[in-house]
Amino acid sequence: MSESLVQLLASEGINLPTEVVERGIEAYMLHMDVGSVRIRTPSEEKRIAGVFRGNGPRGSERSLRVGFDRYLLELAASSRVRVIRSLVTRVGWHEDRPEIEHGGGRRASYDLVALAAGVNSQLLQNGCEAAPAYTFPGTLTSFISEFHLGQAAIQASLGDAMHIFLLDLPRLEFAALIPKGDYVTLCVLGHDVDETVVDALLAAPEVRRCFPGGKVPQMACHCFPRLNVRPPAQPYADRLVWIGDCGVARLYKDGIGSAYRMAKAAARTVAFHGVSAKDFEAHYLPTCRTMNWDNTLARLVFMSTTLIQKLRPLRRGVLRMTSTEQANREKFDHMSSVLWDVFTGSAPYRDVLVRSCHPGFIASLTWNLVAGNAGALAGKRYGDGP
Amino acid sequence: MTEGALGKTYSSGELIVRQGDEGNCMYVVQAGELEVVREEHDGNVRVALMNAGDIFGEMSIFERELRSATVRALGEARVLSVDKKTFLRRIQEDPPLAFNLVKIMSHRIRRLTEDLATLKAKTSPPAPRANGQERRSGRDRRHGGGRRSGVDRRASAAGRGRNA
Ligand SMILES: Cc1cc2nc3c(=O)[nH]c(=O)nc-3n(C[C@H](O)[C@H](O)[C@H](O)COP(=O)(O)OP(=O)(O)OC[C@H]3O[C@@H](n4cnc5c(N)ncnc54)[C@H](O)[C@@H]3O)c2cc1C
Repeated sequence: MSESLVQLLASEGINLPTEVVERGIEAYMLHMDVGSVRIRTPSEEKRIAGVFRGNGPRGSERSLRVGFDRYLLELAASSRVRVIRSLVTRVGWHEDRPEIEHGGGRRASYDLVALAAGVNSQLLQNGCEAAPAYTFPGTLTSFISEFHLGQAAIQASLGDAMHIFLLDLPRLEFAALIPKGDYVTLCVLGHDVDETVVDALLAAPEVRRCFPGGKVPQMACHCFPRLNVRPPAQPYADRLVWIGDCGVARLYKDGIGSAYRMAKAAARTVAFHGVSAKDFEAHYLPTCRTMNWDNTLARLVFMSTTLIQKLRPLRRGVLRMTSTEQANREKFDHMSSVLWDVFTGSAPYRDVLVRSCHPGFIASLTWNLVAGNAGALAGKRYGDGP
Repeated sequence: MTEGALGKTYSSGELIVRQGDEGNCMYVVQAGELEVVREEHDGNVRVALMNAGDIFGEMSIFERELRSATVRALGEARVLSVDKKTFLRRIQEDPPLAFNLVKIMSHRIRRLTEDLATLKAKTSPPAPRANGQERRSGRDRRHGGGRRSGVDRRASAAGRGRNA
């Protein structure tokens, strides 16, 4: 969970208990073939939460204390929300109300239905019977797996940091290793990630070095979930609203935070205005548009990370610039703050882009490109070295 | 403190906020106990105690004043900071986000009013008794002042312990 979401929830009075947070994360380590660098905030505070959704990895059921989703549902139930645990099979229409069919044929009509089924369920893949204008979002296949290492081994090899890999491998956008309790989660984002991409990644020395003894252990479980990368045509209708991944979501980073923000935008519309398509168009759609515009800018941001991945001299410049900034513990300067926000999803992509167009950023990057590559020719190493 | 702990851990006596410093964040107590101390010319006065869930330093989010009191850990404590920039950015998008803070600040004003009344009652001579007609000023009447319900009074008593 991103830094901004953890802060947002805390200021609303939702403080994630230690039973829910598998590990607090205070820094991240950026790994490239030219070297690695640890990026931490000046506050040196754990504000990123490593949590498990649902039941956690296969085999962890007994050791898992409380999953994040269960915690949220219990919180909702404690505010007198009635939670019905049942599989929804159809969202239709009955008289003038949306109707849900669930649990093998049971039906119920509601004044408003908020759909938050994500992009990995069958429910909405072929559209929605109750709202023909809705189209399923555009998706990409990603990869997620869990490795059981035990807390001591994780502390020794990964510490309290998330590890990001920016490697020049085909179809890879980026990958991350995230320590969580006894497990380490591997997330791979890219263009239609499949076994070939994952195998190439796990064979990379930068990844292997992060595991104890340089050996990648057996996966406890893995899957290829879908990721929302393009918004649906119309994420609202009369008495219906789509939130989270099946609606408009943030590209690549802070998906949970964006689901939360969109849910609040929908709730504000309903509480202060109404549940008609017109109400959603006037008060929910602007938030969707802001998110979509930020995602457009995100594509520019990720084009530059792709450039870094492809061009070795650029990687050297980035590494030198970041490690020089990180040597000064008081400052959280240009490249550190930009990389932090790109990979932790803590700030809008617009902010990231504005900061990377700052003359100071450009001047410093130019200087570090020259110095970093001249240094490399002279055999000098920056960061933690390859 | 465990792996799942968020925020920063402070040891007993360690300062989290120093009176007179500039502030660009507020804090949410995650675990442990903190004391709020006001440094005066003739010594320090403990203003409040704070526990898990309490928020402090929120004034620096809304005004450019210096920190009004010192806050330090009583025993080991864990505190999460919330950046002014992050918070204000989100408030712009979602104004009801400020509701929790407004509630906390309103509890605090209520408690301060009660403390002030108690102090005044102790230090000043009793005010002359007014008859029923004159008890409330015109301004008070216009704003419904002084008409506190039982619920109000109960809420004020409940808010006393939690919010510093
Ligand atoms: C590999 C990967 C890594 C990611 N990492 C991060 C990260 O580090 N941080 C982050 O913020 N985001 C991350 N995301 C994105 C994030 O997971 C999503 O953006 C977020 O989960 C969206 O929330 P949601 O509630 O819309 O959907 P989901 O989380 O998919 O939840 C949908 C829920 O609906 C339920 N459901 C579905 N169909 C039905 C049905 N028919 N009946 C009843 N219930 C149903 C499901 O069981 C599920 O509980 C990642 C995504 C992927 C794929």
